[in-house]
Amino acid sequence: MPQCATAALPRDGSRGQVSAAAAAGAFPRRVKVVEVGPRDGLQNEKNIVPTPVKINLINMLAETGLQVIEATSFVSPKWVPQMADHTEVMQGINKLPGISYPVLTPNLKGFQAAVAAGAKEVSIFGAASELFTKKNINCSIEESLERFDEVMTAAKAASIPVRGYVSCVLGCPYEGKISAAKVAEVSKKMYSMGCYEISLGDTIGIGTPGSMKEMLTAVMKEVPVGALAVHCHDTYGQALANILVALQMGVSVVDASVAGLGGCPYAQGASGNVATEDLVYMLNGLGIHTGVDLQKLMDTGTYICNALNRRTNSKVSQASCRL
Amino acid sequence: MGTVPSALKHCLSYQHLLKEQLWIGEPGAPPPAAPHPGQESQASGLPEYIKIVEVGPRDGLQNEKVIVPTDIKIELINRLSKTGLPAIEVTSFVSSKWVPQMADHKEVMRGIERQPGVQYPVLTPNLQGFHSAIAAGATEVSVFGAASESFSKMNINCSIEESIEKFEEVAKSARNMNIPVRGYVSCALGCPYEGNIVPAKVAEVSKRLYSMGCYEISLGDTIGVGTPGSMRRMLEAVMKEIPLSALAVHCHDTYGQALANILTAIQMGVTVVDSSVAGLGGCPYAKGATGNVATEDVIYMLNGLGVNTVDETQRPN
Repeated sequence: MPQCATAALPRDGSRGQVSAAAAAGAFPRRVKVVEVGPRDGLQNEKNIVPTPVKINLINMLAETGLQVIEATSFVSPKWVPQMADHTEVMQGINKLPGISYPVLTPNLKGFQAAVAAGAKEVSIFGAASELFTKKNINCSIEESLERFDEVMTAAKAASIPVRGYVSCVLGCPYEGKISAAKVAEVSKKMYSMGCYEISLGDTIGIGTPGSMKEMLTAVMKEVPVGALAVHCHDTYGQALANILVALQMGVSVVDASVAGLGGCPYAQGASGNVATEDLVYMLNGLGIHTGVDLQKLMDTGTYICNALNRRTNSKVSQASCRL
Repeated sequence: MGTVPSALKHCLSYQHLLKEQLWIGEPGAPPPAAPHPGQESQASGLPEYIKIVEVGPRDGLQNEKVIVPTDIKIELINRLSKTGLPAIEVTSFVSSKWVPQMADHKEVMRGIERQPGVQYPVLTPNLQGFHSAIAAGATEVSVFGAASESFSKMNINCSIEESIEKFEEVAKSARNMNIPVRGYVSCALGCPYEGNIVPAKVAEVSKRLYSMGCYEISLGDTIGVGTPGSMRRMLEAVMKEIPLSALAVHCHDTYGQALANILTAIQMGVTVVDSSVAGLGGCPYAKGATGNVATEDVIYMLNGLGVNTVDETQRPN
């Protein structure tokens, strides 16, 4: 095999030029990467990960420059066994200043347990699909938002910021097509309830730059773009292209999962979350600032994949030349 | 995502989802007339039609470890011919000493069933290969340049200038016989030996190939290191020398960037995209890494964008 030019990652020599282009308004100058590997990623991995490994993972991620790391989910272990150790994880991680460690809280009980365990930020999950909400949490969208009202009230009283997720924004595994207007409606409700940010999730990865653009156009009429994030799944290989379009429209917060952890429960054998490494690689190439050290991120991906005894889903990791 | 539901068996099948979302219905069925979620490509500033050049049987198989029997290669090409793809790269008339996978080039060329309206280019690295290709029935050929001196030296053991001279011989003979020639420029966004490649060099080599008579220049991100940033800069430089309609992009997905890079290219007006069915062909420069972008994934994206990939005037019956 031929000798590669460098053992490290290829470096884009003219980042300065691209930064100028980014500054000119083509792309945001900075993007906040929300790392969802320890929660969304692990939740969809078959193998149960021991608590110390989860804690190690989060601590390693905190050293990469990531500003937001979704740590765990305060949901009943009956439903999500992988997250049964939520309290231990929350209490065990080494929280670095300047880094946010949001946790999922599906209801008031979960919220209270989260705060007791030291959580300083929480997330709630809505959906743009009635059928998905019914199958997932056995109620209507309206009823789910009423449940979250309790969480919002308690969070406001405790000065705890709340992030809102909207699932199925580009398609639903039960309903199929989802109207952009419905996504906008649910997003608006959650934003009005007090969520500081709305993460729009292509839950089954079925979206394309076309549907992403259409959906964002509708949502941006109701929620300021500065409060929007995209959470793209790579199930159909479209994630980075979809993210690119979102960036072009002004979105500056992107969710991703180290090593692309987390398969898709709706499509057997398919991939799920977009890999943080691949996202950061693209953002670097665009001259967009993320603050993330890609090499450290890749090392973290290697760590968790070894612990899970699985291959990485990150193409950047797969490609990295090891001399 | 929230809690994992137990009622997965009630999920819509992927066929249903795709049919509903992306016009993927009966083979040969036209897309519905009603407005589509992907929006009219014209309104979004994208080309109406993108020509896909299927390189699986050549570039794909060439980089697969397992030697594929001739009859399977022929069957592959015959099946691809029925999908509506307008161009399928069949094989390479290169010495079997260098590329054993392509040793059966003559048999494959003679064995395939050609669909009317579909192009079947073959690689011809030199005049000898060109004559051999014509004798076997080829009606279009391709030549491979590179934007990197080191790559050219390591790959074909000569400088870029020397390789251009060889291609000029091919181009001259091709012109005399009315055979179209497609030019490839490798390492357009980076080289496994030199690293960074300046866009001006890509533009220079592209211009040489275009001037000698290549009707189309396919710009290859050979090791897939490019990103939308470097793709844009490279295309801006090349577009100063070559008309947009004569440009194609050949992206590798080694770093997962291919679709984002292709999207950037088509946003800039490029209308020809190379890809490989099933993403055949790994990367010889990065062990275990992927190579070509998968045709299925490209078409999925283009369908979602409302961009046509079937030339209506050439739709197979």
